[in-house]
Formats: sequence, C-alpha cells, structure tokens
Amino acid sequence: MRLAVQPELSALDPLRQAEGLEAEMRLNLPSDIRLVEDAVDVVARHLEASFVDRHTIRFNLRVALSEALVNAILYGNAEDDAKGVGVRVLFGRHAIEMEVTDEGGGFDYRDIPDPTLPANRLRPAGRGLFLIRQLVDEVRFNDTGNSICMILRRA
Amino acid sequence: MAFNVRKHTGGVLVIEVDGQLIVGNRQELKQRVLDALEAGDRRFLIDFTRTGYIDSSGLGVLVSLSKKIRDEGGDLRLAGLNEDLKTLFELTKLDTLFAITDSPEQALAAF
Repeated sequence: MRLAVQPELSALDPLRQAEGLEAEMRLNLPSDIRLVEDAVDVVARHLEASFVDRHTIRFNLRVALSEALVNAILYGNAEDDAKGVGVRVLFGRHAIEMEVTDEGGGFDYRDIPDPTLPANRLRPAGRGLFLIRQLVDEVRFNDTGNSICMILRRA
Repeated sequence: MAFNVRKHTGGVLVIEVDGQLIVGNRQELKQRVLDALEAGDRRFLIDFTRTGYIDSSGLGVLVSLSKKIRDEGGDLRLAGLNEDLKTLFELTKLDTLFAITDSPEQALAAF
C-alpha cells in the first residue's frame, strides 16, 4: 500500500542549524500499519542523500522509525481510523532528530521490562522500544508519553 | 513479499521469507507453521536468505513458534540472516534462543 501523503519540507531557523539540523520534513499518516514501510522509505530516501552515513539510514533509522510508527499506530492510536500519526524529522549532514506523535493517552515509558532478561526472553512482545533505545543515540518522550523523539548523530 | 514453503527430501519443512517479516505478515507465517505442525511436521527451517528486514513483531512470532514447536517435540532452525538481521538477534539476545546457521544447507545438514 502506497502512502498518498507527500512530505512537507522546509529549512530550519539558525538556532537549530547551529546544532547541525538544517532542514525539516513533516508527514502525517492515518493509523494503518500497511503504510509504515512506505513512510519509512519516504523518510530514508530523503535523508540518504544528505546524511554522512548511509548504513545508519538503512539500518538504525529504518528499524527505529518502523518500530516507533508501529507502536504509535497499534498501541497509541489502537488502529483508530479517526486518529493520525505525526512524523517530524529534522536533519543535517551529521544529525537526525525524528519525532513520532500519536493521538493516544500515552504510556509509562519508564516501566518497560528488559526483554533480554532470561525471564522475559520467551515473551512474544516487548522488543520494539528496546530496539529503538539500542539503535539510536538518544531517546526522549514528552510528559504524556504519546510522543517519542529519537536522535542519531554521526561524526 | 511472500513465504515459499517446500518439503526438503529429509522431511524438513523449509520456509523461505521473501522480503520482510513484519507486523503486516507475521500472522501468515505463524498460521502456516501451526498448520504444518497440526499436519504432523516436526522439523522446520526458516530461510532468511532473501529477507531484508524483520521487525520486533516478526521476532516475537519466531519466539512464539519456537516454543510451540519445542512443546510438540519438534525442532526449529533459522538460516541465511544478513549482518543487520544478525545484529537484531544479538541485541535482543535471541541468538541464544535459536539454532542459527549461515546457510540453509548447513541447517539442513544439522537436523
């Protein structure tokens, strides 16, 4: 299934540019998991040309953004057609900041069991956020817990 | 994106994952393996040689299938993971849970 919405691109203000973030891309998705792959492709394609390390885009960004979008659609919005997911990506040659925001009530991101502990290793779920934390350099949430910000930096 | 299923001469059911194993198709893989288990198959090889991506839901399905197959006295092996996919198994420590070989031929020889 192809994503009908095209990203909006704009330049960033000098303050963010000083942090190495030069441009901004925004996407809004309906709550349909069939669109995740396409949304990730759209973002990755735009960033591959400008970011310093292609493998970071193809692996770290792709896995982290896919997992965040699936979480937002399945758990945040509970696949409610009336709710959307906002994606905001700030990027430059050495840094990427991706924010994924759903319309759900949020969750307690501090209370996630470690899926690598022997007691949890046979659980079928609970690895998405763990993978995100492993593959990006910094993860932040808003107070509500319905918006995740993932930061990647490469020299 | 498809699953190609064939019975190897040694009686091993080989499932090739062509494309991705993700939230959108994991149930199809699960059902195919459960149906085969119900039909009497006990030895399974999932071949990821042509797989570009497995997400956390896909990993979860493999965990759940591995438990079900083991409960029925069967054996599940995985093969053909590229370097990035191996990294996902290592990060989640699932490399300790599965019998993983580089090639499907190695896996078939080990059954």
